[in-house]
Amino acid sequence: MLGYIIRRILAVIPVMLIVAIFVFLLLRLTPGDPAAIIAGDAATPAQLERIRTSLGLADPLHIQFLTWAKLLFQGDLGTSLISRTPVTQMIGQRIWPTFNIAILTIALSVLIAVPMGVLAAWRHRTWVDYLVMAFSVLGFSIPVFVIGYLFIQAFSIELRWLPVQGYAAPSEGFGKFLSRAILPCLTLATIYVALIARMTRASMLEVLGEDYIRTARAKGVKETVVLFRHALRNAAVPIMTIIGTGFALLIGGVVVTESVFNIPGIGRLTVDAILARDYPVIQGMILLTSGLYVFINLLIDLSYTFFDPRIRY
Amino acid sequence: MKFKTRSFDDVPGVLEVRDLTVRLAGNDTAPPVLDRVSLKIRQGETVCLVGESGSGKSVTSLSIMGLLPKGALVATGGRIELENRNLLELGPQAMRDMRARKISMIFQEPMTALNPVIRVGDQIGEVLDTHTRLPAREKKARVLDIMNQVHLPDVERIYRSYPHQLSGGQRQRIMIAMALILEPQLLIADEPTTALDVTTQKQILSLIAELQETHGTAVLFITHDMGVVAEIADTVHVMKLGQIVEHAPVEDLLRRPRQEYTKQLLQSVPSLTPRAPRAMSADGTVLSVSGLQKVYGAHGVFVRREPTRAASDVNFSISRGRTLGIVGESGSGKSTVARCIMRLVDPTDGDIRVADQEIARLSRRELRPYRKHIQIVFQDPFRSLNPRWTIGRSLIEGPLNIGTDKQAALKRAAELLTLVGLPDDAVNRYPHQFSGGQRQRVAIARAIAMEPDVLVADEAVSALDVSVQAQVLDLLDELQQKLGIAILFITHDLRVAAQICDEVVVMQHGRIVEHDTAANVLANPQHPYTRALIEAAPGRQWDFANFRELQTA
Repeated sequence: MLGYIIRRILAVIPVMLIVAIFVFLLLRLTPGDPAAIIAGDAATPAQLERIRTSLGLADPLHIQFLTWAKLLFQGDLGTSLISRTPVTQMIGQRIWPTFNIAILTIALSVLIAVPMGVLAAWRHRTWVDYLVMAFSVLGFSIPVFVIGYLFIQAFSIELRWLPVQGYAAPSEGFGKFLSRAILPCLTLATIYVALIARMTRASMLEVLGEDYIRTARAKGVKETVVLFRHALRNAAVPIMTIIGTGFALLIGGVVVTESVFNIPGIGRLTVDAILARDYPVIQGMILLTSGLYVFINLLIDLSYTFFDPRIRY
Repeated sequence: MKFKTRSFDDVPGVLEVRDLTVRLAGNDTAPPVLDRVSLKIRQGETVCLVGESGSGKSVTSLSIMGLLPKGALVATGGRIELENRNLLELGPQAMRDMRARKISMIFQEPMTALNPVIRVGDQIGEVLDTHTRLPAREKKARVLDIMNQVHLPDVERIYRSYPHQLSGGQRQRIMIAMALILEPQLLIADEPTTALDVTTQKQILSLIAELQETHGTAVLFITHDMGVVAEIADTVHVMKLGQIVEHAPVEDLLRRPRQEYTKQLLQSVPSLTPRAPRAMSADGTVLSVSGLQKVYGAHGVFVRREPTRAASDVNFSISRGRTLGIVGESGSGKSTVARCIMRLVDPTDGDIRVADQEIARLSRRELRPYRKHIQIVFQDPFRSLNPRWTIGRSLIEGPLNIGTDKQAALKRAAELLTLVGLPDDAVNRYPHQFSGGQRQRVAIARAIAMEPDVLVADEAVSALDVSVQAQVLDLLDELQQKLGIAILFITHDLRVAAQICDEVVVMQHGRIVEHDTAANVLANPQHPYTRALIEAAPGRQWDFANFRELQTA
């Protein structure tokens, strides 16, 4: 077991190395002089020269990479071209809103979707099943910003229950955080509820046809126990995969929602950086998101061994 | 043959099923799945329900448990009486209360009947959680006690094990422990030993008999195996197409079957007495295997595991027109040998000569021209044909690969279907339109379409009902006579081996322990393992086809 975890963690290293090389080459292989890109249009020749030396552009490529990787290990991702603040600091500020929203969204989605999927599978081919499936199709089809604006219109403008936009950290008071985070989370959750409910239903349907479910019923076990103790855990592996990748997607790609609700998260940071060709920030974001994907995939793989004792690699 | 002869005339009844009728839900015009089934089981009695697949045996047992698949089958008439209550009228809660407490059930596949993610001790304990309120320590004591009663070794360790860590026999013992922990009055056993090896089967059967004795349980035993019936039944009910066509005490039924169908069923049981061997032909050897070895799991960068020797030092040869049987239990290596010969897996060492060519070390490319000389028929005809392809397309695929013209191949396919006893217009139909026996005929036609020298039959009749099994065995025999093909027949069933093989090889732990003519192996086994196998074959002293004791010459 421990051996498996260690092997699985070691396997992360080559993946991250490839990502790092890609990110490094991003700037070096872009047409034009990297120093000119970094310095911007209004740079003087002296400034360009200074940047060239600091990047070590005169050295061979592999030396440049080593220098860069060394800085990376020290947590130095460079400085933003626009704001002149260190990239790590910028990401550090913006990651928390995104992270908090992602956690809340996934928690909400799982709490709603898993029971929905279980119910739909249990009542397969009845109106309950059809209702859940209809909702699921709807959840997939409506664009995120439409749902967002609909929620704002209903809960903030008509009912005046919640603020229209903005973000507050949980440290400012959990109620305050929740009142601002709940609408964006529900907005984001719609599609995840649809996705997870569908996956739960499919996975449960398969498991409910298994012999050991019949065995459990033959013991006189209650239906709720059959569903949640016997079936759900066996159905968990594909559901966990969806939840994990869903979470990673939430960290990387919630631009629209952050814009609609005016949240200072990393989705907007990325878009701003791309529009402004702020290469150091783009590099930092690629490293962060890919690292996150690798990490979450690792967690998903390790969670399989928890759900299914037969998995021992 | 010693049958059970105890009289149950004055023993109180446990369960009485009267005129039970089950129909497809929402379809009153189709013939009923169960048609006025009646049976009675008394305390301590073992009632065997026999019949071929689709006869309604399992539907009967699931009806009694109240576990008919919802929305698919419904009981529309009759009564199922236990303790003066009609089970068909009980609500879901009251019915759940009966299960495990009054009626228990064990199933055919111990491999899939246990929840793979819950420790087996907890799965047994769940019965107590559901029906009793015992303190934790007492609960565990009860579980360990029943595990001891089903003769599981090292119960403390097994209590904490997951199902995949146990053997098939051990899992079936867990199922039995689970079923009997609350001492129900009725145990329903639905083909509980069909998926097990004969030696394990024997142990499980005697375990059920022992527990039945100590707890006075009534047993409804569902099986298609007449040998098992002869060993364990007090009373036998024969089912056909949803009806009980005959019932009688076991000895009466086996000696003096009254219904034509019962006679037919008994006559299909293959005899353990071998058939006359074929003459050794002058044409000589078509397949020879020497020093064959297959080792699994020896390499891998991170994997440090003891390599498994699936086959070692396997030698044999087959000549034209003869049949060699490989007999052994699961894990003995017989299927590994078949797959090596087919080069479906690559042998680790040794020679395989087909059509005077060594093929064990040919590359995939070099092997292609030799594939036609050796063809295989697999066990499960429901999975070995592509469901999206017509029969014709499956039949001509092989010949097309070796360059036969399409029109000629199609014409040949129609001929082959006639040869295996199917209508020649079957070429345009799909596998799902055929029964299991017919599909196995298609699979055989597909194999001989290549005009091979050797046909490998890997448990080719094990998934079939006895009457169909007899027909397919006849077909193989007939084809062999006509085409002079050599057959390598792999089976776990000694009865089948006796009926088709000229020579038999017995395998254990990947090695050949005995190799002789079928007559010698069956009548005069030399190796203790062979003797154990033959001894474990149920009903071996009875000559089913002639309704009498086996006459020893």
